[in-house]
Amino acid sequence: MSLLDAPPHVITVGTSLLDDALAAQAVPTTPVAWRPPLPGAARALATVLADPRRAAANAEAVRRLTSARPYLVGVRRAAEVLPERTFLHAGPPITWERASGPMRGALIGAMLLEGLASGEEEAVRRLERGEVELRPCHEHGAVGPMAGVVCPSMWLFEVRDEEHGGTAFCSLNEGLGKVLRYGAYGPEVLERLRWMDEVLGPVLARALARTGPIDLRALVAQALQMGDELHNRNRAATSLLLRELAPAVVEAAPGQAARVLRFVIGNDHFFLNAGMAAAKASTDAARGVPGSSLVVAMARNGTDFGVQVSGLEGRWFTGPAGVPDGLYLGAYGPQDANPDIGDSTITETSGLGGFAMAAAPAIVRFVGGEVEDAFAATRSMYEITLAEHPAYQIPGLGFRGTPVGIDVALVARTGVLPVVNTGIAGRVAGTGQVGAGLVRPPAEAFVKALLALADSVSDPFE
Amino acid sequence: MTDLVLVRKGAYHDSVSLMRVSRALGELPGMEAAMVAMATELNVSVVREMGFEVPATEPGDLLVALRGRDPGTAAGELDRRLAELGGRRGAGGGGRAEDPPLTTRSAAARGHADLVLVSVPGEHAFCEAVDAVEAGLPVMVFSDGVPLRLERRLKELGEERGVLVMGPDCGTAVIAGVGLGFANVLRPGPVGVVAASGTGAQQVTSLLDWAGTGVSHVLGVGGRDLSAEVGGLSTLRALRMLDDDPATELVVLVSKPPAPGVAARVREAVAAMRTPVVEAFLDEGDLTGAAEAALRALGRPVPGWPCWDVPAGRGRPGGGTLRGLYSGGTLKAEAELVTGLSGTFVDYGDDAYTRGRPHPMIDPTLRLDALSRVAPGDVVLMDVVLGHGADPDPAAALAPAVARVPGPVVVALVGTASDPQDLRRQAAAFQEAGAAVFLSNAQAARHARSLS
Repeated sequence: MSLLDAPPHVITVGTSLLDDALAAQAVPTTPVAWRPPLPGAARALATVLADPRRAAANAEAVRRLTSARPYLVGVRRAAEVLPERTFLHAGPPITWERASGPMRGALIGAMLLEGLASGEEEAVRRLERGEVELRPCHEHGAVGPMAGVVCPSMWLFEVRDEEHGGTAFCSLNEGLGKVLRYGAYGPEVLERLRWMDEVLGPVLARALARTGPIDLRALVAQALQMGDELHNRNRAATSLLLRELAPAVVEAAPGQAARVLRFVIGNDHFFLNAGMAAAKASTDAARGVPGSSLVVAMARNGTDFGVQVSGLEGRWFTGPAGVPDGLYLGAYGPQDANPDIGDSTITETSGLGGFAMAAAPAIVRFVGGEVEDAFAATRSMYEITLAEHPAYQIPGLGFRGTPVGIDVALVARTGVLPVVNTGIAGRVAGTGQVGAGLVRPPAEAFVKALLALADSVSDPFE
Repeated sequence: MTDLVLVRKGAYHDSVSLMRVSRALGELPGMEAAMVAMATELNVSVVREMGFEVPATEPGDLLVALRGRDPGTAAGELDRRLAELGGRRGAGGGGRAEDPPLTTRSAAARGHADLVLVSVPGEHAFCEAVDAVEAGLPVMVFSDGVPLRLERRLKELGEERGVLVMGPDCGTAVIAGVGLGFANVLRPGPVGVVAASGTGAQQVTSLLDWAGTGVSHVLGVGGRDLSAEVGGLSTLRALRMLDDDPATELVVLVSKPPAPGVAARVREAVAAMRTPVVEAFLDEGDLTGAAEAALRALGRPVPGWPCWDVPAGRGRPGGGTLRGLYSGGTLKAEAELVTGLSGTFVDYGDDAYTRGRPHPMIDPTLRLDALSRVAPGDVVLMDVVLGHGADPDPAAALAPAVARVPGPVVVALVGTASDPQDLRRQAAAFQEAGAAVFLSNAQAARHARSLS
């Protein structure tokens, strides 16, 4: 039908006067609640949106992201995949000098676990001297929750994207409370990690060899319909994973099966790490499309919040990590909280976590207390994403796909920042978890990424 | 008198809405001055010039400056008015409201729409317009100040997606009887208009309407469409659309003369059309002549164009300089042409005057100021444009100022009998204020020249 065949329904964006003039003619309109973009973004936005590569590049990047088919294919000791004398950590690159309390605590714990230091003081001294190289997980095909420290004697979930062939790793979840990823490194923390190295990892590896690859895309899709958002709530997903693994665990290690299964059952977040590896494998598939403004990673190291964009492969754009707004355990309060930390924002980057809040009414207290707040959080994310996930659906939104594929240009245009669910680490090394809540990334990280994208456009007119 | 300055973060409203709020607050008893505006560089300097102490602000802040006996009361009224502005948007009522879309992209994804009307500040207009084209929707870009290279890019995209891009700086359009932007209420009829000039199109269609001839559609293309850089992409598409439209029997093309290479392409396109075309290129004739040519092409009689002359005995002595105070760029250009440039002419609708403030068809401030500074004996020639989007009662503010001008005033009143402002009432008000009022801008200009 041609534009000229009938009176049009008009989208109006801008002065309300012109919308009023249409209303006076009884013309139906859809007014846009427009507001100016983030400060400093206007010129770069025009350049990026005028880039002839952008539309196709974003379509391709988000197609790869949403078509990825992550399978849990193995559990491997980190020593097999880590470079020599290297520890991985969460977020963008960080030095010991700039590292926050929980990051330092986790690194000290890793030194002790690896026998590279006999005590805390020696560990600090060696870390100060740079005897171990610190590298971001993201730059080694991995993700790590909270401090995200990976050292050789930790075991990793190995997830393969059967659609595009990529592989991603994530460490095994230690449970809640005093754990290394929250910066605790006391004897009970190290003892648990040793047991995980000696028993849990090998048993899971043997069990998985029996089950064969497990379809995580299908598992996540089911968990969303069972009330998880796959970041702060993983209860359904953990149960589903256990259903797949339990018989094989019993067959693989009858003598240890009860303890292994009790350990998994005792931690509602056991699945989180497998889900993070699945998210990493999916977002990695979207990397490296020239001209694409799609976000392929959001990650925090406890000091900086970093963003990576598909069209600018390998570069980090950072801003200061914010302190989460949340609920605190016991007597802890906001004064005890460390700034935002962890690679678990990979869940949001892949359309889960805060973006799927509407799927998880059980944890609405994190987002304001009312179920409507959860729906509003998810709905607002459709404004800054390029697609709706074809497999990850939200029953309460009429099985609408979750908002997926953050576009830095849309973030800069709307000023709407990604909703991130998160745990909260204590600011003092050795404390552990103090709470959980919600955090907004720093706007400047997205504006910096946008400006860099604009710089990368060869403009034939200028 | 007390000053009260407030700065609010994260509260965006468009300049026209805020102007209305400012006016309402300024009219409260005991108030001397009120300005509510986004804290752009321009607005901050205006508020400082008014003598207010302004703290550090960012352009995204809302700046409120109140002076009066009790500015606190006005501030309370401000909250009520701003809440009203906020409340008019988005879905109302109970239950789960659908959130308003924040971008054109989001609005387009919700379906239903056939067309997008963009009027955000020019530096941001490209983003919204690209959203429309990428969603396959035709777009009218009312905003001006869009860089030429972005206009070119937008229209190339429009070609790729097969959608019409009207503008940037497209002031008027009529599609299937719906007026967009500044649009007169025109009777339906056989004439389709392609216009690179908004006020030019309004003049031609208003005259046709007076003559009893209506329009099928008015498709604006923006003032730079026929430049060498843009290459007439929208003009060519609009001509094809009207050629395919069964309601259109005659096409009028209103524009400045096209760039040489573009003129050839337009001529070629026109030659290939089944529908006859009247070309109204300013320079080759005036707009009134174009309306007359269209009537003749349809075989319809050309009427005498109306004039509401100065009441007998109330003429003011002229003989001084001719002062053209225009709100429409093409109307100003036509007046310069008709009068042979004998005078000074200002287009208050030009980018230079509209950055950070509403168009003079909505906001009379700048022209009121100019009227108050006319020297005795000088002759004022001005346009008053009616229709949707324009000032709901331009005579209310302008006629008293016209009455105080110490010389002759000639008004070109562009509008139709069906316009919401009431053409005859507006004409009578300006006539009563001592002006000679013409429906034809060319006739008004000739008359003004004869007085100077």
